[in-house]
Amino acid sequence: MKNEKANMDDIDIAWCPGCGNFGILNVLKKTLYELEIKPEDLVLVSGIGQAAKIPHYFRTNIFNGLHGRALPPATAIKASNPSLTVIAESGDGDMYGEGGNHFIHTIRRNPNITNIVHNNMVYGLTKGQASPTSQIGFKTPVQVAGVFLEPFNPLAVAISLDVSFAARAYIGDAEQTREIFKKAITHRGYALVDVFQPCVTFNKLNTYQWFKDNTYYLDESYDCHNRDHAFSKATEVDKLPLGIFYISPDKSTFEDNVGIYDKDDSPLFRHELDYQKLETLIEKFLLT
Amino acid sequence: MLTPNEKTGISIVLCGQAGQGIQTVERLLTRILKKAGYNVFATKEYMSRVRGGMNSTEIRVSERPVNAFINRIDILVSLNKGGVKHLQERISSETIILGEKEIFADEVQEEIRFIDVPFTKIAFDVGNKIYSNTVAVGALTGLLGLKPKTTLNSVRQFFSEKSDDIINKNLEAAEKGYEATVKTAKTSNIKLNVGDNSAVNSQILINGAEAIGLGAIAGGCNFVSSYPMSPSTGVLVFLAQNSRNFRVITEQAEDEIAAINMAIGAWYAGARAMVTTSGGGFALMTEGLSLAGMLETPIVIHLAQRPGPATGLPTRTEQADLELAVYAGHGEFPRIIFAPGTLEDGFYLTQKAFNLADKFHVPVFVLTDQYYIDTYYCTESFDLKNCNIEKHFVETSKGYRRYELTESGISPRGIPGFGQGLVCVDSDEHDQEGHITEDLGLRTKMVDKRLKKLELIKEEIMPPELIGLDDYKNLVICWGSTINIVSEAVNSLDRRDTSVLHFSQVYPLHDDFVNLLNKADKTVIVESNATGQFSRLLRTHADIKVDHRILKYNGLSFASDELAQKLDSVL
Repeated sequence: MKNEKANMDDIDIAWCPGCGNFGILNVLKKTLYELEIKPEDLVLVSGIGQAAKIPHYFRTNIFNGLHGRALPPATAIKASNPSLTVIAESGDGDMYGEGGNHFIHTIRRNPNITNIVHNNMVYGLTKGQASPTSQIGFKTPVQVAGVFLEPFNPLAVAISLDVSFAARAYIGDAEQTREIFKKAITHRGYALVDVFQPCVTFNKLNTYQWFKDNTYYLDESYDCHNRDHAFSKATEVDKLPLGIFYISPDKSTFEDNVGIYDKDDSPLFRHELDYQKLETLIEKFLLT
Repeated sequence: MLTPNEKTGISIVLCGQAGQGIQTVERLLTRILKKAGYNVFATKEYMSRVRGGMNSTEIRVSERPVNAFINRIDILVSLNKGGVKHLQERISSETIILGEKEIFADEVQEEIRFIDVPFTKIAFDVGNKIYSNTVAVGALTGLLGLKPKTTLNSVRQFFSEKSDDIINKNLEAAEKGYEATVKTAKTSNIKLNVGDNSAVNSQILINGAEAIGLGAIAGGCNFVSSYPMSPSTGVLVFLAQNSRNFRVITEQAEDEIAAINMAIGAWYAGARAMVTTSGGGFALMTEGLSLAGMLETPIVIHLAQRPGPATGLPTRTEQADLELAVYAGHGEFPRIIFAPGTLEDGFYLTQKAFNLADKFHVPVFVLTDQYYIDTYYCTESFDLKNCNIEKHFVETSKGYRRYELTESGISPRGIPGFGQGLVCVDSDEHDQEGHITEDLGLRTKMVDKRLKKLELIKEEIMPPELIGLDDYKNLVICWGSTINIVSEAVNSLDRRDTSVLHFSQVYPLHDDFVNLLNKADKTVIVESNATGQFSRLLRTHADIKVDHRILKYNGLSFASDELAQKLDSVL
């Protein structure tokens, strides 16, 4: 993909100045450029929310669907045409709240797609209510006494389901985030990247400084193929680890398992019905 | 009215607990009867449980096609206690009951004609109680005077994938069952005057789920995502069974919301996708339906109705989701709704649903119900000559815009990865390129563009089918699955002044119906719901009021003899 940052001037971006989303947009553009993914071979799928507007700031194929529902169409798009690169991207409310059931089952289904989740621990577009990842005690106009629900832990959930690939990034570090995006996109199977991203308007608790102070990178000695270690890292909260938590090697993908691409890898739009076979099937009902 | 005769044939009802195997009896017996050259029809009513309770299957055997549910029971086979009581209202002094005398001692009054067949004892003699189903099949063939060879060949074929031991035991069970009744049939005054009909040899014996499933394959369906829900599951199972052979991706989604969003994503990427569901499942899909309306993505929805609200009667039948299908989804967008009457209709309309969805980029419904899905009969084999798969997507070039404003309202549909263009779709109001917009002038243009397609759709609407003479005085109106029931009921009244008008496309409506209704002195509508939803739709469309409404909503289908009486009283 061309680095089209220069072409973006005419687009009115709907994010607040200083929003972490800008960083994700820039890093993703750069990643796709470096991976030489052509715009016509890429589909960006999103739901609804501030993060979910991101496909509109790319020149590529986009499917901006319903709130919480990015993963089912993303799965189907990849299954219908496996030669496409498919990235499903939305915010924490969209992916973990409204779309929580799809999140769980997409991990189980394991389509070869990348799932980037902008995690700012707050609802932006609806103006400042708690998100599934908001921290205990976080006060909002709705959670007036502070959040008392246990924060959703996407990495622990994913690892418990033996996810194909799970990582966490912090957009304050563009270099590392790009490395993680690259590995996620080139990984064969479902790849989750939970990206910490400050909301400068509605989350005064989890700021750029807060993320800087409360995160650290998994070091080189860390073995991302050990599920038990990965789970235990995912449950650390005092300081939040960043990096690739877990890779489950050699998992077959949804497209492998649907059973129609074994002999013929052409996408479904090129598929032609075998009328002879259908005649034969209908004749079976003669019951002769 | 509708006594056993050449016209109506014989009605056999099998009754037993869930899990007892009356479905096996149904499948095996209908095969044998078809092979013997009879027209055969079968339908079932069953409880929402896997074991126990009381279920029944009706099989009609006739010379001429009689493809409708009838209340009258000529022969009742009850595999266990309670069957007679369960079907009491349908049993008359003419009914012959086949069963085990010991079990029915207190259920059967003396005047009832009872033939004692010790199903269980014979089955145990063969080796296991499980064979009592095959004993029952044998007993019925004896009573009907079928040649034993036909029966035994069918039994062998039916169990051909089982071990030799199982095949032999089933053959023995069928033979012993046959012997138990064949003498009675000869000595008693039971006469079953059913003629055979060589036309059935070239016909197929199929049920509603299979007709819809085959129609989907013929329509080029290559992606189905659904969540199991009675009575729609049969279509999902049928497509799954045939998925490898026809390259159909079949996915059981985590919920109906995922199912429809997957299907929309699949169409976006160039697949031809369908969902199959029932009332509550479809209710969950309505946001997705609205998405298809906004994205202008084709989608085919098989909606098999069952009684609601909420969970209602999960395994029973009703036609009460018509208004749900017509009005579901927030916002305004066009749609097409088919409601097949015959099994043939189900095949051809489902096939067509894929072409129309692709042509107009709209949701197309195939609206059936439990009665339709679970009903079998012999029908002409499906002709694939006119079943062309019309693909309407285009190869894009640079600068392609998915929502180009066009004269017709239809913007050529590109798909990602086919051509040099980019395909952008958005559930927000969007510009011609497919990007989010709040340009309110453009909003109006986009709404108009989407709705304009309805005018084009109207050009392809089928008029309702008139069954009977053109110079009618009375017109009986029906839609969807009830066509054969209403036809048989009206036929049995033997009135030259009464015709039937059946709608298999219920939305949008063909304008011709107004004249057809106005021509009648009296109009009667027959619907399986409590409020007359279709009569309301007719009124909305043309301010036309139907004179009489015959409505049934206890969960069972109309029966042709019951309906004939009701029609007789209003005509």
